[in-house]
Amino acid sequence: MAYVAVKGGERAIDAAHAWLAEARRGDPAVDEIGVDQIASQLGRAVDRVMAEGSVYDRDLAALAIKQAQGDLIEAAFLLRAYRATLPRFAATLPLDTGRMRPLRRISAVFKDLPGGQMLGPTTDYTHRLLDFALAEGGTPPPAPLATPDAADIPRVHDILGHEGLIEPDPVAGGEPADLTRQPLAFPAARDARLQALARGDEGFLLSLGYATQRGYGHTHPFVGEIRMGEVAVEIEPPELGFAIEIGDLVVTECQMVNQFAGSKTTPAQFTRGYGLAFGQGERRAMAMALVDRSLRAGELGEDATGPAQDVEFVLSHCDNIEATGFVEHLKLPHYVDFQSELEVLRRIRGEATP
Amino acid sequence: MSLDLPGFADPVADAQRSFRAALDAMAHPGQLHRLGGAPHPPPPLAAATAALLLTLADADTWLWLAPAFAAAREWVAFHTGAPLCADPADAAFVVADTLPDFSRLSAGSDEAPEDSATLIVQVAAIGEGRRFRLSGPGLRTPATLAVAGLPDGFAEIWAGNRALYPRGLDLLLVAGAALVALPRSVTVEAG
Amino acid sequence: MTQGYNFAYLDEQTKRMIRRALLKAVAIPGHQVPFGSREMPLPYGWGTGGIQVTAAVLGADDVLKVIDQGADDTTNAVSIRRFFARTAGVRTTTRTAEATIIQTRHRIPERKLREDQILVYQVPLPEPLAKLEPSRAETKKMHALADYGAMHVKLYEDITRYGHVSISYDYPVMVNFRHLMSPSPIPAFDNPKLHMSPALQLFGAGREKRIYAVPPWTTVTSLDFEDHPFRATRAPHACGLCGATDSYLDEVVTDDRGGRLFCCSDTDYCAGRRA
Repeated sequence: MAYVAVKGGERAIDAAHAWLAEARRGDPAVDEIGVDQIASQLGRAVDRVMAEGSVYDRDLAALAIKQAQGDLIEAAFLLRAYRATLPRFAATLPLDTGRMRPLRRISAVFKDLPGGQMLGPTTDYTHRLLDFALAEGGTPPPAPLATPDAADIPRVHDILGHEGLIEPDPVAGGEPADLTRQPLAFPAARDARLQALARGDEGFLLSLGYATQRGYGHTHPFVGEIRMGEVAVEIEPPELGFAIEIGDLVVTECQMVNQFAGSKTTPAQFTRGYGLAFGQGERRAMAMALVDRSLRAGELGEDATGPAQDVEFVLSHCDNIEATGFVEHLKLPHYVDFQSELEVLRRIRGEATP
Repeated sequence: MSLDLPGFADPVADAQRSFRAALDAMAHPGQLHRLGGAPHPPPPLAAATAALLLTLADADTWLWLAPAFAAAREWVAFHTGAPLCADPADAAFVVADTLPDFSRLSAGSDEAPEDSATLIVQVAAIGEGRRFRLSGPGLRTPATLAVAGLPDGFAEIWAGNRALYPRGLDLLLVAGAALVALPRSVTVEAG
Repeated sequence: MTQGYNFAYLDEQTKRMIRRALLKAVAIPGHQVPFGSREMPLPYGWGTGGIQVTAAVLGADDVLKVIDQGADDTTNAVSIRRFFARTAGVRTTTRTAEATIIQTRHRIPERKLREDQILVYQVPLPEPLAKLEPSRAETKKMHALADYGAMHVKLYEDITRYGHVSISYDYPVMVNFRHLMSPSPIPAFDNPKLHMSPALQLFGAGREKRIYAVPPWTTVTSLDFEDHPFRATRAPHACGLCGATDSYLDEVVTDDRGGRLFCCSDTDYCAGRRA
């Protein structure tokens, strides 16, 4: 039988997409999941997709999760691709998390402090027993609500700052880096590093942060403070000359306090590692803060021996959209290259055979 | 008031056509191109200069205009959104009516030679005047370029630019709607 | 055309940024110009760099051809061709001779290109030194100093070990006597076509955020040694479909008893010879 070249790529693609749509819907006898259900009941998935997708929009993130059948990296990719074509209206002022309306606020370094410890909707002390009652569903009884007594809850780092025990917050100078418009260049400044980490893969950040704890670039961390809640987003239109509020974000902020032995020029003091995540993303914010601090090894004159201290290594590989693309592209046809390898191998073996 | 003069009639298509002309010109040093659909900018801005700026300049590119273009500053700023700088050394695009001192412009760095200025110089005429022999990438065989309005000793000035390679300036010569490019890679000899 | 998006998908500001990078790339043949690569609606690795370059260059009058592994009918080529047909409404073709822009992955067409054509390559790893030095901060310095000794040492080690260079694709080239360049993963067989090509060649690496170019009529040499000159090799067969002995061949497995068919990887070239 004569060989016929493979044709019909277009029809095959259409058929694959039709099948995908059918598989996504699942059993038609089961109710279709609503985007509103995902947005309100799968909040942590939505938070992660917003962070890694770099778009703060719960409904779009929920739609992306539905479209991606719950594949969160794929969902983040959908959001990123959507975001790439959006026009930019303005740059916001830096968020002032000191004026956050907190839903949660804890410190691991002081037993009590102004504003108090506030657990919020945490899983920290749940016993991880599968809750079979949840399978049935139902509305839980309302949770008791405490009214926060202070309008402003001071940040732990500001408390430490009064005594000069911790390095000051870096002063923002000029326009911050923006990796969505300028490619990364090394050595990357801290603004670019923080942006890359904020969008980075949660699993990658988590593993790197964990590695620093086990000795691959130890940073002696304490959780100075974790706070999660609503914070106002402000812009300052040049024609107005003063700031106006355009909305609120829920964010999680983690400030690590890290030991620093000091150097010839700087007395010993605590240093900072910073993590910020859209939504309720405590694991992400903590891991980010660990990695942020470990990436500062160079600037603080510490020996850089662990992978989490290698700026180029971490930043080049923390983006899961890039990583999944390049890993998965190996399934695309490579037969031309493979053929060239075959020919070279045959030649080498042919020459080696007496 | 110069703002009344429009930019591109069809911004997407006109920018694409102008870019292709510029790309083709850079890929073929010395080859004459005409920027089609060129707008009617305020004088003394030539049609091709205006088309190039509308196509390539924006809020992300610093632009320096020679004092001769004072009457066109407002139009350029309005239609491109490009910030105008006082020192040509800061500019990504430099627009001049006479060849400026190359040493005052950015030639990029060894690691980032692409961070160099693109120089747009309006000349009296292309296709007549002083003749130059061009060779290098983009040229199958050496070509001849005639330009009226370049200074004596241009070939020597260019040799100095060529010696910086891969650093260096890229030069776009404009007369009316006509455009000729001399990328830094080209060798220019008087002839 | 798809509503709600700009011509050829990208917004004009992004196109301007890419166009500026392309002009610098042409002015410095073989030098990698960083650019603000955007997330595209196709995954990284699927040709996002080539797609962005094509989108920045493409006009309504262009005729676009897209190939993957030399073929127009591979699924990703079909998908990219559709993307531009939908977002730009341009005419597409499978005929090399009819195209004004050809986007390619892993091959250069067999048919000699013309001066009025542009070849856009999809590039996975634009850094030719990456296998020797993974840090891009370091390789940048090596390019700045034209410090390519390490690559020559690697090739020489191959020769002492195997009797010849073992690189079979993505074979490094020197462009305009100055810049070491990755030709993208084309088979070494295609390398000679890079040299003094009448067509402008543009390279886009989306994930790595680099653009580079080889202008027409530019010297491109495959690295070699006087006593071990570069050789472009192909499978020692004639195409089983058209009989060509000058084309790069795919090896198709026809049965499980060692049966093979060798046929042109360039489907348009093969079809043209059979017509």
